Amino acid sequence: MAEAVAEAVAEAVADAALPVATPAARRGRWLIYAVLLSFAVFFLVPLGVVLLNSVRTAQEIGLGSVIGWPRGFAMENYAEAWSRYCIAQRCEGVRNYMWNSLLMTVPATLVSTALGALAGYSVSLWRFRGDTIVFTIMLMGVFLPDQMRLIPWALVLRELGLTNTIAALVLIHTVQGLSFTTLFCRNYFVGIPQDLIKAAKVDGAGFFRIFWRIVLPLSPPILIVTVIWQFTGIWNEFLYGVTFTTGAQQPITAAIIAISVSSPTDVPQYGVQSAAVLLAALPTLLVYFFGGRYFMRGLTAGAVK
Amino acid sequence: MAALSVRGLHKRFGSTEVLKGIDLSVENGEFAVLLGPSGCGKSTLLNIIAGLERPNEGEVEIGGRVVTGLPPRDRDIAMVFQSYALYPAMTVRRNITFGMECRGVPRARQDEAVARVAALLQIDGLLERKPSQLSGGQRQRVAMGRALVRDPLLFLFDEPLSNLDALLRVDMRTEIKQLHRRIGSTIVYVTHDQIEAMTMASRIAVMNLGRLQQFATPDEVYHRPANLFVARFIGTPPMNTVKARLASDGAALVAIVGAGRPDETRLVLPAAPEAARAWIDREVFFGIRPECISDGGRGVDFSAVKVSAEVELSEPTGAETVVLARLAGERVRARVGPHVRLNQGQSAPFLVDTRTTCLFDPASEQLIA
Repeated sequence: MAEAVAEAVAEAVADAALPVATPAARRGRWLIYAVLLSFAVFFLVPLGVVLLNSVRTAQEIGLGSVIGWPRGFAMENYAEAWSRYCIAQRCEGVRNYMWNSLLMTVPATLVSTALGALAGYSVSLWRFRGDTIVFTIMLMGVFLPDQMRLIPWALVLRELGLTNTIAALVLIHTVQGLSFTTLFCRNYFVGIPQDLIKAAKVDGAGFFRIFWRIVLPLSPPILIVTVIWQFTGIWNEFLYGVTFTTGAQQPITAAIIAISVSSPTDVPQYGVQSAAVLLAALPTLLVYFFGGRYFMRGLTAGAVK
Repeated sequence: MAALSVRGLHKRFGSTEVLKGIDLSVENGEFAVLLGPSGCGKSTLLNIIAGLERPNEGEVEIGGRVVTGLPPRDRDIAMVFQSYALYPAMTVRRNITFGMECRGVPRARQDEAVARVAALLQIDGLLERKPSQLSGGQRQRVAMGRALVRDPLLFLFDEPLSNLDALLRVDMRTEIKQLHRRIGSTIVYVTHDQIEAMTMASRIAVMNLGRLQQFATPDEVYHRPANLFVARFIGTPPMNTVKARLASDGAALVAIVGAGRPDETRLVLPAAPEAARAWIDREVFFGIRPECISDGGRGVDFSAVKVSAEVELSEPTGAETVVLARLAGERVRARVGPHVRLNQGQSAPFLVDTRTTCLFDPASEQLIA
């Protein structure tokens, strides 16, 4: 089977350049579409189920199955999830946790991107003694597993008196994001011709002026990529949220876990829970829909000509 | 006064020594060209003069002031880059004013300067465009405008014409030369194109392997090359340098090419220097420009020596034909008339004008002056 597919793919790719497709090539192409489509459906099933359930009432789900076509259109699930649903004995919905997440994600994204751009600029376009060593050490941050960093962070937060605060999460995500943002920006900036920097130096510009006037205006593609990457990564992060915050201080990802531990006597609120999950995922979905284009473009862009 | 002095300059990158002791002094208003094959260190030297690289040893002095430790902005220089290095996100106007902006020149003065330079370079109509909207020649002009707008002590050009197509290059060459004549500033110009060097320079600094080989006027570099490298580097085709034995024939000196062979050729040297007498009966390198070996159809002179050589290859270039021939076993190039057609293997007569020849010491490779 796999061989047949591979063969068909090879044939289709080979034939794609020809103006007139042979019947065999057409068959091959349909096979490719069919395979791709089935993968897409497979990946979208969970989202589909949650979407459908979010507009079904608890009663409807209870009488039927968790997988089913909605009979009505129960938008009250969203209202309930937003402001009334009880999560860990607090019946205020997800809105406060959403707000926590926003307070955590926006500053951490902006600060880590800004510092990463500056660090990447300095590592790529200014040679200084030991610059490769500095960069190598920063890169290690990319490969360090999160679990390893939990205890050091716990100690640091205690020393700083930031235990159970959103500020603590902002600090953690800013610092931990630096490796990635620096790497992204550095890889983009090495494509900027050295002559531009030399010309600016001869013109009399210094480190920050060159960054601000010459390098940053060339950087929107990579800045957008970095912001999207950081925003989705920090918003979706769970481990630090659940480890270092409790109760009202938790970000949405940590708080929403409490949904799954509703008491056994209750009727399962699958509809409201689905709505809550969708609300929690909404910001990253929006970022993807509006920024995804730039993301693809930014990753392949590099040369500044 | 020397606009630029470089003394004892050494530059190493790791274990490779790129500059091995450069001494150079450029006079005020001079157009100095650094010429050499790629990797000879000419661009490194320019970068050190600009302050973009630091030398390991040695001193740079611009306008009588030692600037070795100073950053580029404090050296009173302007530079034009091979890649033009225009700031892509800025308009032409901003590109030109950026240097003044960095130095806090008032807005009115900036506008005045831009207008002056734009008129000089005929780029008035392009001021609000971005570099990406310009052609190669226009970018070149803007890059020059950026340098010209600040009236510095020293202009540095780093192969500014090598990205242009051949026709445009000839035009810009003429323009830069005229520009220099008009503004009279001191220019240090790096190139690997010897036509550029010969046509524009007031003096050429020929470099090779990190050393300055000769620093002299184009005429002198061409006719009196300081050593074998310069002789074989300058000129297209370059100077013929063949092994010969020096002998005396009464008062005159004679270079014998292929001594001992049945077809040995004796060339009388009417203008040989006195110092050459020390080399009588010894081997030397005999240097003669290809244009001094002709078919006799042009530039006929009574003093020319008639020789015969076997033709190996004939290269018509349009204005003339370059002939590769064997003169007493030594390979030489001759420039003959455009309509002369010589066949391979044929033995043909040539006229050799020996009034401007060079002799080189085969051991030190230096000119015997």
